[in-house]
Amino acid sequence: MIHIEHVSKKYKKADNYSLSDLSLFIDEKEIFGLLGPNGAGKTTLISILCSLIKPTSGSFSIKGLTYKEHKNQLKQLIGIVPQEYALYPSLTAFENLKYFGSMYGLKGKSLDEKIHNSLDHLGLAKFAHKKIDTFSGGMKRRVNLIASILHNPKVLFLDEPTVGVDVQSKNVIIEFLQELNKNGTTIIYTSHHLNEAETFCTRVAIIDHGKLIVKGKPKELINNNPGAHNLEDVFISLTGKALRDHA
Amino acid sequence: MHKLMASAHKEFLLLIRDIGGIAILFIMPLVLIVTITLIQDSTFKTVADTKIPILVVNNDQGTVSETILEGLKDSNAFEVILENTEEAAKNLVFKGAYQLAIVIPENLSSGLEQKVAQNVDGIISKFGLEEETDSLTKIPVESKEVKLYFDPATQVSFKSSVKNGIDKMVSKIETQSIYKAFQEQITDDPTEVIFETENFITFKEILPKTDNKDIIPNSVQHNVPAWTLFAIFFIIVPLSINIVKEKSQGTFVRLRTNPVSYATVLGGKTLIYLTVCLIQFVLMLLVGLYVFPAIGLPTLDISGRLPLLFVVAIFAGLAAIGLGLLLGTIAKTQEQSAPFGATFVVILAALGGVWVPVFIMPKFMQTLSNISPMNWGLNAFYDVFLRHGSLLDILPEISLLFLFFIATTIIAIVYNEKKNTV
Repeated sequence: MIHIEHVSKKYKKADNYSLSDLSLFIDEKEIFGLLGPNGAGKTTLISILCSLIKPTSGSFSIKGLTYKEHKNQLKQLIGIVPQEYALYPSLTAFENLKYFGSMYGLKGKSLDEKIHNSLDHLGLAKFAHKKIDTFSGGMKRRVNLIASILHNPKVLFLDEPTVGVDVQSKNVIIEFLQELNKNGTTIIYTSHHLNEAETFCTRVAIIDHGKLIVKGKPKELINNNPGAHNLEDVFISLTGKALRDHA
Repeated sequence: MHKLMASAHKEFLLLIRDIGGIAILFIMPLVLIVTITLIQDSTFKTVADTKIPILVVNNDQGTVSETILEGLKDSNAFEVILENTEEAAKNLVFKGAYQLAIVIPENLSSGLEQKVAQNVDGIISKFGLEEETDSLTKIPVESKEVKLYFDPATQVSFKSSVKNGIDKMVSKIETQSIYKAFQEQITDDPTEVIFETENFITFKEILPKTDNKDIIPNSVQHNVPAWTLFAIFFIIVPLSINIVKEKSQGTFVRLRTNPVSYATVLGGKTLIYLTVCLIQFVLMLLVGLYVFPAIGLPTLDISGRLPLLFVVAIFAGLAAIGLGLLLGTIAKTQEQSAPFGATFVVILAALGGVWVPVFIMPKFMQTLSNISPMNWGLNAFYDVFLRHGSLLDILPEISLLFLFFIATTIIAIVYNEKKNTV
């Protein structure tokens, strides 16, 4: 489904590569977790796969399509939930969703129904006509998610979709994503919540310093690391305990 | 089309949710146009309502100084206040209490009389009309100097017009004195008119006419188009901020992953902001038609010109929007776009002739003025407002404005594509 071949990325003023010769294959209907410390290259990889930035070298395809040749087809195929709330604060949840749905060519009653169903599903039905700037962080995250799935994408990229939300919101989001996956959506997500990734993902890849360290099913990775009881132990053993602060 | 209309609807919602922003967009240009027109109105009036108080120190107390004083009073531009000493007048003017002091020197009348008499005697004796007398042995007459003191804060244009006025008055007095001296030499009858002292050459301004009536331009006819254009171009500031905000909010990132072109996104903005420009324009016209007469200003005359005025407003609005789209696309922060946009509009206005007419600018600035979209817009407005031009007359200007819109929008789209292409 997603073929990533020898992708490298070096930002203009950076000394080091953010991604270095990374190759990966993600199968259809997987829930694939991209894990790694801060600055490992997770967001860079997702940004490349969503056509937001250009790789320095290497190539990738989604369902055999590349951005060079099938830009609009690919855009219709994918959805992205960015790390920041990509919403208009002075518009209501419904107005935001109506606008972003329209950008996928959706319109009329079917779009309205889809919006109302999704808001209902994520516990936001009664806030549909409230402005986004009155929402809590968890509510914004949920609207942010809905804005990315209105067009039923085949592949959904999520960049830390549960960061900064309460447990209840997190559970609702995870359940919603699992349902999407059951209905055929491939999910690629980044997270720092390793417990969440352990239970949620079918496979994970740990990347550090722009390089792929390891990939596999969470259980396999735990079993293959002697002394590891969970994914967090595996993560620490592979990436170390040193702080990754950088500016 | 559906995506374009959805984009326009979103822009509309964003705009109406910002009540403060709307107030600034619509009210500030109106305040600006009323203020500027009130200030500039007197310069256009044939009879000024306000008189400038000036000081006059009359050390002469003769016929010439009387004529000068009468001339100043008759000009209706000045309120003459007599001051006793030159020193006192100088101090008051240099402190800014008065704009101008005129000091008439001692014995100006007698000196002028003596000088003219000597000259006339000399000429008449050359023609042999009078016997050579001792009077031809000239006693040198010292030339006299009328001193002008200006407040240092006085503008150069005011100084120049006062100097020209005084110069003209003095020349006239001298000429009349010469005629008078000749008259006295030639005839003993003071009632006999030998010389016609009225000017032979006079000036008459021929104004354009409609229905056999002169069209007299007033401050409103000049100011409304100029400042309307200025306000229309200020749309650059909120529009560029709107685009930069989308980048900082993250919504622009989402739009880049959506199957929608940047041209469509900009198209939605163009539709809404062009509507804003036209509403601004209508409000300005309404102010000219109804508010100006109520506050003692001349009424804006738009009779028969409304369709063409809208054509100019649409194309001027498009040019301004194009610039706003480009600035918003290039700028990274609001701190970059807002001050740059505001300053740039002021520069374009200056270049365009909104403040100082283009024809009095230095040659280099006049050339630069030709590339200011505000100059094209202003000329088109003047063509319609003041020269009663037709669509054909404004075609060159509106074509340039449209090309400017197309060029700036294309540059914005290409810049965005280059920056973001994968």
